[in-house]
Amino acid sequence: MVPLSWYLIFAAGLFSVGLFGVLARKNAIGILMGIELMLNAVNVNLVAFWRYREPAGIAGQVFAVIVFAVAAAEVAVGLALFISIYRRRNTIAADQIDLMKW
Amino acid sequence: MVTSIQILFILVAIITLGCALMVVTARNLVHSALWLVAALFGVAIVFAILEAGFLAVVQVVIYIGAIAVLIIFAIMLTRRIAQDSGPRFNENWGWAVVIALVLFAALGWMLASQPVAHAPLAPMDARADPLRSLGLALVSINGYVLPFELASVLLLAALIGSIVVAWEMK
Repeated sequence: MVPLSWYLIFAAGLFSVGLFGVLARKNAIGILMGIELMLNAVNVNLVAFWRYREPAGIAGQVFAVIVFAVAAAEVAVGLALFISIYRRRNTIAADQIDLMKW
Repeated sequence: MVTSIQILFILVAIITLGCALMVVTARNLVHSALWLVAALFGVAIVFAILEAGFLAVVQVVIYIGAIAVLIIFAIMLTRRIAQDSGPRFNENWGWAVVIALVLFAALGWMLASQPVAHAPLAPMDARADPLRSLGLALVSINGYVLPFELASVLLLAALIGSIVVAWEMK
């Protein structure tokens, strides 16, 4: 049997890698891919806690399904925004989209 | 005493984390997206190890089948960016490394020191059908019908919103 702490540490590593991508990437689509990794880490945690603590209840899986739906919505809107920005400003480098930067 | 399932988990975890590292460091964005597909597949295998077969299938169908393909489409539509030779990180990437490492150390220490992290595997009732109870919970008035309907409204709003945002106004 795999200890629960292994899943938690694996998820923490995945989350940290995603966070690095979000903070360091220049390209906006690269940032979005980092967010996807972070959401996946959250899902691993939810499912691991469901399996180890409460397999009779189903709340962990329900939460994971809702996270799937939110991730799909977020990616669709984000990519539409990037395509629109690219059309107008010819770049999606995150440090050049600074029209609203104070 | 290391069992075969533990070896499998360690292999999958290392491969997934390696693919995730390639996602955030690859120079070419198309390569980055392909590494993302590999990392998502690794997470699907972790779901399968956790006996959440439905979520493993959903992971492959939605994440790899829809989201990854959507990301690759967006990279192709903004093609000039994908191959630009400039730096792929902004100038603060050193701080990003520090923050990510500190967060990982803090999370790992905090999670490993909790007694719940060493909980034994709860026994799964052999007659229980997680997929059936998931389906019932999502439509039951005593379960999660409201979050479920909210998620569908959110998806519809995102669908319409992304069409409006990406529409080319003449």
